[in-house]
Amino acid sequence: MSQQGYVATPPYSQPQPGIGLSPPHYGHYGDPSHTASPTGMMKPAGPLGPTATGAILPPGPPPPGPHQFGQNGAHATGHPPQRFSGPPPVNNVASSYAPYQPSAQSSYPTPMSTSSVTQLGSQLSAMQINSYGSGMAPPSQGPPGPQSATSFQTPPRPPQPSILQPGSQVLPPPPTKLNGPGASPLPPPMYRPDGLAGPPPPNAQYQLPPLPGQTLGAGYPPQQEANSGPQMAGTQLSYPGGFPGGPAQMAGPPQPQKKLDLDSIPSPIQVIENDRASRGGQVYATNTRGQIPPLVTTDCIIQDQGNASPRFIRCTTYCFPCTSDMAKQAQIPLAAVIKPFATIPSNETPLYLVNHGESGPVRCNRCKAYMCPFMQFIEGGRRYQCGFCNCVNDVPPFYFQHLDHIGRRLDHYEKPELSLGSYEYVATLDYCRKNKPPNPPAFIFMIDVSYSNIKNGLVKLICEELKTVLEKLPKEEQEEMSAIRVGFITYNKVLHFFNVKSNLAQPQMMVVTDVGEVFVPLLDGFLVNYQESQSVIHNLLDQIPDMFADSNENETVFAPVIQAGMEALKILFQPQTNVYDSLAKDCVAHGCSVTLFLFPSQYVDVASLGLVPQLTGGTLYKYSNFQMHLDSQQFLNDLRNDIEKKIGFDAIMRVRTSTGFRATDFFGGILMNNTTDVEMAAIDCDKAVTVEFKHDDKLSEDSGALIQCAVLYTTISGQRRLRIHNLGLNCSSQLADLYKSCETDALINFFAKSAFKAVLHQPLKVIREILVNQTAHMLACYRKNCASPSAASQLILPDSMKVLPVYMNCLLKNCVLLSRPEISTDERAFQRQLVMTMGVADSQLFFYPQLLPIHTLDVKSTTLPAAVRCSESRLSEGGIFLLANGLHMFLWLGVSSPPELIQGIFNVPSFAHINTDTTLLPEVGNPYSQQLRMIMGIIQQKRPYSMKLTLVKQREQPEMVFRQFLVEDKGLYGGSSYVDFLCCVHKEICQLLN
Amino acid sequence: MATYLEFIQQNEERDGVRFSWNVWPSSRLEATRMVVPLACLLTPLKERPDLPPVQYEPVLCSRPTCKAVLNPLCQVDYRAKLWACNFCFQRNQFPPAYGGISEVNQPAELMPQFSTIEYMIQRGAQSPLIFLYVVDTCLEEDDLQALKESLQMSLSLLPPDALVGLITFGRMVQVHELSCEGISKSYVFRGTKDLTAKQIQDMLGLTKPATPMQQARPAQPQEHPSVSSRFLQPVHKIDMNLTDLLGELQRDPWPVTQGKRPLRSTGVALSIAVGLLEGTFPNTGARIMLFTGGPPTQGPGMVVGDELKIPIRSWHDIEKDNARFMKKATKHYEMLANRTAANGHCIDIYACALDQTGLLEMKCCANLTGGYMVMGDSFNTSLFKQTFQRIFTKDFNGDFRMAFGATLDVKTSRELKIAGAIGPCVSLNVKGPCVSENELGVGGTSQWKICGLDPTSTLGIYFEVVNQHNAPIPQGGRGAIQFVTRYQHSSTQRRIRVTTIARNWADAQTQLRHIEAAFDQEAAAVLMARLGVFRAESEEGPDVLRWLDRQLIRLCQKFGQYNKEDPASFRLSDSFSLYPQFMFHLRRSPFLQVFNNSPDESSYYRHHFARQDLTQSLIMIQPILYSYSFHGPPEPVLLDSSSILADRILLMDTFFQIVIYLGETIAQWRKAGYQDMPEYENFKHLLQAPLDDAQEILQARFPMPRYINTEHGGSQARFLLSKVNPSQTHNNHYAWGQETGAPILTDDVSLQVFMDHLKKLAVSSAC
Repeated sequence: MSQQGYVATPPYSQPQPGIGLSPPHYGHYGDPSHTASPTGMMKPAGPLGPTATGAILPPGPPPPGPHQFGQNGAHATGHPPQRFSGPPPVNNVASSYAPYQPSAQSSYPTPMSTSSVTQLGSQLSAMQINSYGSGMAPPSQGPPGPQSATSFQTPPRPPQPSILQPGSQVLPPPPTKLNGPGASPLPPPMYRPDGLAGPPPPNAQYQLPPLPGQTLGAGYPPQQEANSGPQMAGTQLSYPGGFPGGPAQMAGPPQPQKKLDLDSIPSPIQVIENDRASRGGQVYATNTRGQIPPLVTTDCIIQDQGNASPRFIRCTTYCFPCTSDMAKQAQIPLAAVIKPFATIPSNETPLYLVNHGESGPVRCNRCKAYMCPFMQFIEGGRRYQCGFCNCVNDVPPFYFQHLDHIGRRLDHYEKPELSLGSYEYVATLDYCRKNKPPNPPAFIFMIDVSYSNIKNGLVKLICEELKTVLEKLPKEEQEEMSAIRVGFITYNKVLHFFNVKSNLAQPQMMVVTDVGEVFVPLLDGFLVNYQESQSVIHNLLDQIPDMFADSNENETVFAPVIQAGMEALKILFQPQTNVYDSLAKDCVAHGCSVTLFLFPSQYVDVASLGLVPQLTGGTLYKYSNFQMHLDSQQFLNDLRNDIEKKIGFDAIMRVRTSTGFRATDFFGGILMNNTTDVEMAAIDCDKAVTVEFKHDDKLSEDSGALIQCAVLYTTISGQRRLRIHNLGLNCSSQLADLYKSCETDALINFFAKSAFKAVLHQPLKVIREILVNQTAHMLACYRKNCASPSAASQLILPDSMKVLPVYMNCLLKNCVLLSRPEISTDERAFQRQLVMTMGVADSQLFFYPQLLPIHTLDVKSTTLPAAVRCSESRLSEGGIFLLANGLHMFLWLGVSSPPELIQGIFNVPSFAHINTDTTLLPEVGNPYSQQLRMIMGIIQQKRPYSMKLTLVKQREQPEMVFRQFLVEDKGLYGGSSYVDFLCCVHKEICQLLN
Repeated sequence: MATYLEFIQQNEERDGVRFSWNVWPSSRLEATRMVVPLACLLTPLKERPDLPPVQYEPVLCSRPTCKAVLNPLCQVDYRAKLWACNFCFQRNQFPPAYGGISEVNQPAELMPQFSTIEYMIQRGAQSPLIFLYVVDTCLEEDDLQALKESLQMSLSLLPPDALVGLITFGRMVQVHELSCEGISKSYVFRGTKDLTAKQIQDMLGLTKPATPMQQARPAQPQEHPSVSSRFLQPVHKIDMNLTDLLGELQRDPWPVTQGKRPLRSTGVALSIAVGLLEGTFPNTGARIMLFTGGPPTQGPGMVVGDELKIPIRSWHDIEKDNARFMKKATKHYEMLANRTAANGHCIDIYACALDQTGLLEMKCCANLTGGYMVMGDSFNTSLFKQTFQRIFTKDFNGDFRMAFGATLDVKTSRELKIAGAIGPCVSLNVKGPCVSENELGVGGTSQWKICGLDPTSTLGIYFEVVNQHNAPIPQGGRGAIQFVTRYQHSSTQRRIRVTTIARNWADAQTQLRHIEAAFDQEAAAVLMARLGVFRAESEEGPDVLRWLDRQLIRLCQKFGQYNKEDPASFRLSDSFSLYPQFMFHLRRSPFLQVFNNSPDESSYYRHHFARQDLTQSLIMIQPILYSYSFHGPPEPVLLDSSSILADRILLMDTFFQIVIYLGETIAQWRKAGYQDMPEYENFKHLLQAPLDDAQEILQARFPMPRYINTEHGGSQARFLLSKVNPSQTHNNHYAWGQETGAPILTDDVSLQVFMDHLKKLAVSSAC
């Protein structure tokens, strides 16, 4: 059921007529999107939802409420009917039609296809997304309507796609009108070519539904959204009023196609909000195989009941196709994004530690999988069958336990490894390098003390900060002091090592000038316990800034030193790719992770430099054109965070799978010397590895697809441990099941990483094409196999992938995939690196930034304000918006922002008085200020990188930078707008289907 | 010939010169028939308390190829204010300052008693002395401690304005920066990588980046003292710092696993020391002092691998061509030594270890630069401590007994040419008319560089008479030689010492007796020995011995009086009488016999042999033996087994060892404790006497000899037994039927046998 079908009417498909009528509807909500949203919506609720669904489509809607998954689909289904009835104009007709006569629909399609063209024109003005809609945007509205109707109506077809109608259901009245007229006559043909030839009728249909809802909400668009909340609609609410006008106009006849209404197409915001509304704050128990977790953007409490928490593993789909043929057909990547050391909130149970003493973990004799809930005990508990390779193993005597009446061990709930998805084992010496217990890990701080860094005060800043940071080295909770040892190196054109042994009266500095063949010049006293050597270390840190202070004496002579500093690094880290590669390999082989803080003022070849941190599981931080007064806070936060965060060292990860499929590709901050062992010199709580799976045999629906990820690592106290994450997925021979279980955020994470990896050896153009093609292919496959028949011109999106196009477009627009002279290669390399190690939550935010209206802040509420879509059209002159993507944070100030807000936040009398040359907001006692800073704090909290705040005044130059992050708009440096992209994808799909 | 002995002694005291011949054969042919070449032992800086330096500069002959210094042998025309060079006969104007010159108003250099004179040069910047310590940290704890204390102590002995530097090495090499406050800073180098001087200087930041301005002016070290001073600082400024630094020196921290030698980067450490000085203070007096406690085991210059199971090369290995690191290491150190010498610096090696330390390979560092070589068992012995301290002893003026960066320029009158020199020097490759084609020792030049020398440093200088037989020298003609030594005095002044000597020519056919009487057999023995040792460095031992034998036989044939084929008739005149005996002991000496000596020991002995003055050299060839008894005052006795008597105490000085040996009876008495009984106080005195005498020798000797106190039957008695002439052995001692003396268990021939053979061969017409 849960097929959340989601139909968008092709933008133009809308028959003008519909338009004519529709106007009102549109006006209400903007809705098409809403309508569309319904599909996505989990919220059962919306006023519309229930009513509509209930009324019209019994099957779908109602259930949704209960079933999270189902809901969306249900919803969608639900809506359609309503809508159908609703739409006044042609659409209406159609819609009305539809409901009543499903059969009719079928007929429509054909006609539609032809007619669609015409409709397109009209619809262009506003792209409509109907939850169900109109499916295929049959050209003629008529058909679509019916189709959609059919689709919806037919409850049996659970997988009703939501249909995206490019159409303009959303469009406010005016547009519709415009469209109507214009479109019907001319546009159709035109559009098709565009690919968008949407099914106008569907729109109509959809619109109809909206109407009802809207009608309800009519009074207030927002509400509707709320209703539709579940659906995308929600988001759009905000602008109904003003919006209609605008868009409408835009939509205008002239370029109807281009002007699909934003509100009518699936809204990420709406999807997020819906999920949040339906699942936020709840307990999510991982007791069921293949269940789809809440979105990463939804806060909930996760209870490990046999499968790893989604915090640790997220999959692109929770239901694998049974055969590789199916997989090929759908082209949906089968992948898991594994973040083995993900932070667990304090209200969830930390991982249990299992210690079997000298006998070590219990493992399958054949595949070496670790004991886990997937092991089936048999023969009274004397043996067990491995869930991964099916080998039958004897239970080691020390581990024997009787079984209960359902064949479960009596100690099932006493042993974490039998009942939990994630847990840790204490590793025995067999798991250590050379069978020796590992040394306690160490942090080595390497500080560039070249002229520029001394001069701009950076070195002093770092040294001062280190004194504080070192107090907070990570440690095991039960320990008094951190076992981590620290060492210090400074370098300019040479390297300086420091002996800070505790018994020294003063630190000793050892200069290594042979940068061509660097070596560590001392053994004893380089790595020390901070507490023991505190005074010597402080002595050293006090001296470092002064020690090199005189390097500016002969400025001219040392002019090249800045460069030499870089040179030194280069010589050190990457004269040639292979040297550099092997350096990283050496690092990993010795369990040495490199984290790099770069302060480049010119090109430094991040691509090469960054390879070391990347391959060694370190982190790359970059502060271009570092300015002490602006950037120090950001840097210090990063530094603190980096040092304090939970981390595992010298790790090897192995992903085991049940028979029938296997892990084939790995992406992340990793190094692989063979095809199975993922080596990481270190892995911290923010790093994720994305693993792609492929079939090598058939999967059975009964046994499902099991994944066990084992990470062998050294803790911060120097203990060798194994961290095990188990996850069971479903398998199905129905494509519909597959589509139902997809997770778009994880998909995008996978696509991003695979594309960014490919950047190294394939032309960008090819990569982009592949992405677009695959997107189209996935959707076309769905359309072909899962969606109810509908007009070819209708764009139908599976509910689980409603926002795939918008996210995919964001990915395509990312500077890594767009080579533009305006963006430095360093910046591209940097972002590429970051993404390669990102978890799902980070990549989601990175590609689709969060945009929060601040001017509507409720100072009494502690929750974040509802986000709005990343489009310029959502900004208003009278508003203040906060945008964050995990790397940057912007505070955008409309030219006519409310003075009281400005006073409250900046403590200055007017807009003109605001000084944008700062990265910190003043601490004003005002509730606005407090609230805003709290919000910024919350946003920052979970992010691995400290975001630098940039103040942007509307219509001032820096706004250009800000605009790049309005990802639904046409990119400043290229990259199509969301709407355009949708049209493009739709066209592709149409081609594929033909 | 007391007169000649006096003459020789007088000359030696005044000029520091001993010639093998004091009357010279006047033709080339005759000279070669003399067998022993015309040569001299020159002690350029022989202490002359009675000779204050003059405060002006020498007057030089104006002929560019000559430039001899005005000396008492020159003809002076006081009226014309002209002088004629006695070497090239160029007539020279006196400089204006000599305007007041007259027969009664002569400058010192014209007076005969100033045949040796020292000038003090006021010109030029004075640069402080430099002492660069290169310290091995792969030592045992107590060894390192002792070494650290010695080094700390040495700081107080250095002149306050001297510059000191410190390099330590083990697995890595650290160059310590001495001027830092608050942090001790050092530059670290890998011990395995050979670096060029340029690289070293770059890495130490000693080279200024090239700027146009500086390119115009070639590097002048004085111009950026701040740069060089980071590693070399005046003692008075940083002695506290350096004392602390030395105090904090730790043993090389890198782990040495069972069965391994520590990794010791001596080769790179030396290379860096050389490069450092080369870049900062070329051509100023500087000592690199290498303290090492074991063989170099890695990097360039490694002598042995770190596997303990593979022992360091022995003579046996070398003969079998089985010393795999030797050639390469030797090459490395030779390259360093030559560079050091070119810069006028010297390298001392203080090697203290029970096993070999690679002196064989490293010897050239000391040999070519005039540095010291000291070998001991441990830094924690008085042998090392006192030897080291003795380096900093001062002379009667309160100046250190060391000089630096000397060049020795030799000029000869035209009947003579220079064949070469043997000693702690390198050739400066100055060709000239007085340079012979035939080389003896380091030849092909008339100038040598002696980077480090002290008042006893002695060179053997060999000449060739080139006067043709058919161009007789007029009666009374004299040949002259001038030695000009320019050096940096320890007070940092530049000085020039000029010694001009002259000897009579004699026609060997008509005046052989004169020549014979003027033979200095001691000097000749040492000079021949130097030639032999010099050859031994490059030739097989047996070949050298054969050569020496042949020379001896020829000499005996030439100067002996005998009837053909009648050995019993053979006689040698007094002036030759001791010479065969010297040769006999020389043949047995460790300088030519490697049996029972390690390659390091051989190198060590040869090093000292090639630089000591005549007296010490003779002791080395033929150790001195004194006998103490109740029968009279101590007396020198024959170095012969027959001198080993039960009721005697013997004191032997071999230069390297001082052995006190108690005869059997004496040892028994002592054991019985008679010396503690008041009534046997004389016995106590007898026991004490050699100890006092030994102490006296120990006080003066450099390096400190090994002091051995042993008795009849003691294991250490072997030091004595191996030196004495084995006149009584297990083979013959009953035959001799003597009751006295001690038989030596050896198959070596005794002096008697040697002489018998010699006589037989000398009188034989066969050869």
